[in-house]
Amino acid sequence: MIRLSVPLRQTIARLVLPVLIAASFGLMLLGKADTVLAERARAALADLLVPLYGAAAQPVGTLREAVAEIQRLIHLRSENARLREENARLRRWRDVALALEAENLALREVLHAPAAPTPEFTTARVVADLGGAYARSALLAVGPQHQVRKGQVALDGAGLVGRISEVGSRSARLLLVTDINSRIPVQVERTRVRAILAGTNGPRPRLQHWTGGDQPAPGERIVTASEGGAFPAGLPVGIVREAKGGTLEVELFADLDRLEFVRLHEFGLNGILPPEQVTRPARPRGRTGG
Amino acid sequence: MASPVARPPRPRGFWQRLDQAARDLAPSALTVLLVLATGIPLGLPAQNGLMPVPAIAAVYFWTLYRPGLMPPLSVFGVGVLTDLLTAAPLGINPLLLLLLHAAVLTQRRVLARQSFLLVWTVFALLAAATLGLGWLLRIALAVRLLPAEPALYELALTVALYPAFSWLFVRIERSLAAAG
Repeated sequence: MIRLSVPLRQTIARLVLPVLIAASFGLMLLGKADTVLAERARAALADLLVPLYGAAAQPVGTLREAVAEIQRLIHLRSENARLREENARLRRWRDVALALEAENLALREVLHAPAAPTPEFTTARVVADLGGAYARSALLAVGPQHQVRKGQVALDGAGLVGRISEVGSRSARLLLVTDINSRIPVQVERTRVRAILAGTNGPRPRLQHWTGGDQPAPGERIVTASEGGAFPAGLPVGIVREAKGGTLEVELFADLDRLEFVRLHEFGLNGILPPEQVTRPARPRGRTGG
Repeated sequence: MASPVARPPRPRGFWQRLDQAARDLAPSALTVLLVLATGIPLGLPAQNGLMPVPAIAAVYFWTLYRPGLMPPLSVFGVGVLTDLLTAAPLGINPLLLLLLHAAVLTQRRVLARQSFLLVWTVFALLAAATLGLGWLLRIALAVRLLPAEPALYELALTVALYPAFSWLFVRIERSLAAAG
């Protein structure tokens, strides 16, 4: 260690705090000026942390399962009755669906309409819920040889969850649809009225800018729209609900509080982010998107 | 609090020095672990966005009772880590935590001798000021109005959990003092 005189050392010690405060302001400017740098740093940190969070997930998962098991035991009877009723209703729907599928096939035959391509997907594990009070995002662990790209759509078992906003070598950040920066093109399933689903950081994102005069009615199903060729169409999103002030919100099908695994859809279209925001050069890979 | 005069002379050997370094780093390492732990998905309803801010409690406590163990550089590091982890605008958390650190440093001689209740009340005020300033800074950086409710929940949780954090820190402080 270098020996310094006492007054010099005291001066340095007194200067550290103001210098670091100035450095914080500098970081703020840097973060504003060079968003790519901040994004790279975040992805590098996420790559480092994903194995740590993965290790913590095991004991935490056991605990979660134990709690869920106890809850299930308590609600066994009522759950059983609900499921039986739901099963009867679903059986009727299955008959309707089969009849419609047959009719659809026959009509396609007549029209020579091309069938919609089946989407491919990969599955990723959610290892951390991040964001704090101002953002809604989750950290995904992906394999080292992954094909995950920025802009990909993520779903849980029930519906749309969000889209990929950053990709590292072992991790990816998922921006949830409830995040205040999230904007997703959707449509009302029945009427095909287009709208934008805008996150508010609250549990229910808002519906904005619907086309035409018809306002989506509460209770209608919302699915994704392929507006601008950016999204695969028809993925389930949620149900329209009317909020207190008369604004329209969407009650999501996906359970954002208990995300464990998400499906990442590969739909062969170029991402929804403008090209200048896509930082990682496309890796050499067998097929090209879009 | 042991005054610097009463401390034994610094150990010279390699192992003792390693031991001393580990002890000096313990508060910062614990703060980093607590910050990371807020990201573990517990599967609680509405966990997303409803987490306390352990960094504020840690910086407050250690600056108040053992400022030597929470130097400005550690505060800065914890802040940058929080920024990167939560995808916050870069620089916002280091600034807030350093300002908190500076504010506590000016008052610590008076405050460190007070009762827990008063220390807690002052923490509530400082946490409100820190998170409030953070909210304003974010509005300035995002150039749009952000909802205030999540920030208020965050503040309420952080203040409500301060006794728990304080209990944990006191344990560690005592074991450090006993060993050192």
